[in-house]
Amino acid sequence: MSDDVKNNSSLRTNFRTVMLRPDLGAIVGVILVFLFFFLVARDTGMFSLEGSMNWGIVSSQFIIIAVGACLLMIAGEFDLSVGSMIGFAGIVIAVTSVVWGWPVWLSIISAFAISMAIGALIGYITISTNLPSFIVSLAFLYILRGLTIFIAIISTKKTIIGGVTEVAQDDWLAPIFGGEIFTGVFQWLAEQGMIQTFVAGTKAGQPVVSGIPMMMVWALGLIVFAHFLLTKTRFGNWIYASGGDAQAAKHIGVPVNRVKILMFVFTAFCATVFATTQVIEFGSASADRGVLKEFEAIISVVIGGALLTGGYGSVIGAALGAVIFGVVQQGLFFIGVESSLFRVFLGVLLLLAVILNTHVRKLITGAK
Amino acid sequence: MSSSPLMELKDIHKSFGNVDALKGVSISINAGECHCLLGDNGAGKSTFIKIMSGVHQPTKGKININGKEIEINNPREAIDVGIATVYQDLALIPLMSVSRNFWLGRELTKKVGPVTLMDFEKCDSILMSEMDKIGIKLRDPSQSIGTLSGGERQTVAIARAVFFGAKILILDEPTSALGVYQTSNVLKTIERVREKGVAVVFISHNVSHALAVGDKFTVLSRGETLGTAKAGEIDFQELQLLMSGNKELSELKK
Repeated sequence: MSDDVKNNSSLRTNFRTVMLRPDLGAIVGVILVFLFFFLVARDTGMFSLEGSMNWGIVSSQFIIIAVGACLLMIAGEFDLSVGSMIGFAGIVIAVTSVVWGWPVWLSIISAFAISMAIGALIGYITISTNLPSFIVSLAFLYILRGLTIFIAIISTKKTIIGGVTEVAQDDWLAPIFGGEIFTGVFQWLAEQGMIQTFVAGTKAGQPVVSGIPMMMVWALGLIVFAHFLLTKTRFGNWIYASGGDAQAAKHIGVPVNRVKILMFVFTAFCATVFATTQVIEFGSASADRGVLKEFEAIISVVIGGALLTGGYGSVIGAALGAVIFGVVQQGLFFIGVESSLFRVFLGVLLLLAVILNTHVRKLITGAK
Repeated sequence: MSSSPLMELKDIHKSFGNVDALKGVSISINAGECHCLLGDNGAGKSTFIKIMSGVHQPTKGKININGKEIEINNPREAIDVGIATVYQDLALIPLMSVSRNFWLGRELTKKVGPVTLMDFEKCDSILMSEMDKIGIKLRDPSQSIGTLSGGERQTVAIARAVFFGAKILILDEPTSALGVYQTSNVLKTIERVREKGVAVVFISHNVSHALAVGDKFTVLSRGETLGTAKAGEIDFQELQLLMSGNKELSELKK
């Protein structure tokens, strides 16, 4: 009898634990999204290797910026300048390498250094003025976008700067962002007839998917790094604490300001990874790149179960949120639905996620 | 002269601009003693404990620890000399697990290859035994602080401070937001802590809670000490009278 009660209560505890996982909603969401498109779009080639690569790459792009936004949101802050930072970092790379003739590796490293310094500045202003980061980073959304267009115009009289592919030809750093790995494996698989090959054109005989793009590798790497940092290290504990209750964390001796500023720097790092992979892939930088990306990152994070108020969330959840984003956006294209409906879907999903998260928060904190 | 006081604060003054929050407050605190600091709202209690815990620095006055004069310039320095403060509502972070809260800022770590990780196994097992000692039954160390009652949270915060070596424990209104049952649990915890030789400074405006655990009672009023009494020398009526500024409560009702 008492054993029964014990089992029952431990069962309930487990159930509760599962229910309170921050990423539960995103896990269920991913399953539903895949189930839906598998039923509807099976015959469209969406789940062929080539099709999967398509939504896989789009998802990876969302993941890269969502991971940064996720840690920052858990630390209790927002960065609305992510999209502008993407445009800015891209133009910095293109101007320094193509126009000024710097080696591409130096351009890339400079872009990272400048972006991360600006990230630190946004963090520093937020901390020292005590203003909401929402407002401070909104200011930088405009400042950076304006500077990006200004720099592009005065140096080339254009807002799109091409020619990066040519200067990046023999660079050692560029392939880390724009290359592919496992190309040998894919070539071999194609020779074995396990991957389709192009039948005509200049690429005839080559596999339709020639390797895993570095963008996917970055996405995966950032997920592993951020998840590990957040859940397994003492610094991760400080991230939760800084967002959960900054005052209480300060009282106990957590360097809250340093944690928050570092998270702004990390967000800028992620935005620059995104920018660099795009510049190397397209061979050009455009001053209007990255528009609205900050919101897409935040939406992925919220779908992933993080609380807008900070202190709670999951990197895995944010990544799954980004996958939902990517799969639905590309899936609608595969099934030929008007792509404007994607935004309707997104708005509804965001609303549902926030309502669910607020409810979960009440369950955890015991608030009525 | 049996033993010198653990901490002495002499003639502490604190002004904020034109406002004199403290006008010469002196108390001495002994190990293993629960010293209750009583006073109405605005009497200067919270300013006084903020001076003890390094948040504010006195405009005038001396602070001695173990007979040596020291300055406490920030909360970190207070913690270093063994002064821990448990604030009424700033103690713990509700969204985080009990274990993460308990070890916050002093996480146990282990090396795995080149990286340093939190040692959750060790953290959790020490936490469970500490919680057991202080009478809190946890379902598991990863349950969030938010699932605990207000009294349990206070108890966890107190246990944490003592575990990390607090010699002087300042409790800011630990019972003011609690029900009767939870209050009695917190008071029991204070008793346990005192038995370990920790000096407890208990801030309250509730005379009956203070009388239940206090060894000494100091009443503050408008930034001044009205005097210190030992347990048994003073009763409920007298304390209440002092706190209300020499007006009988019954008189005030008229």
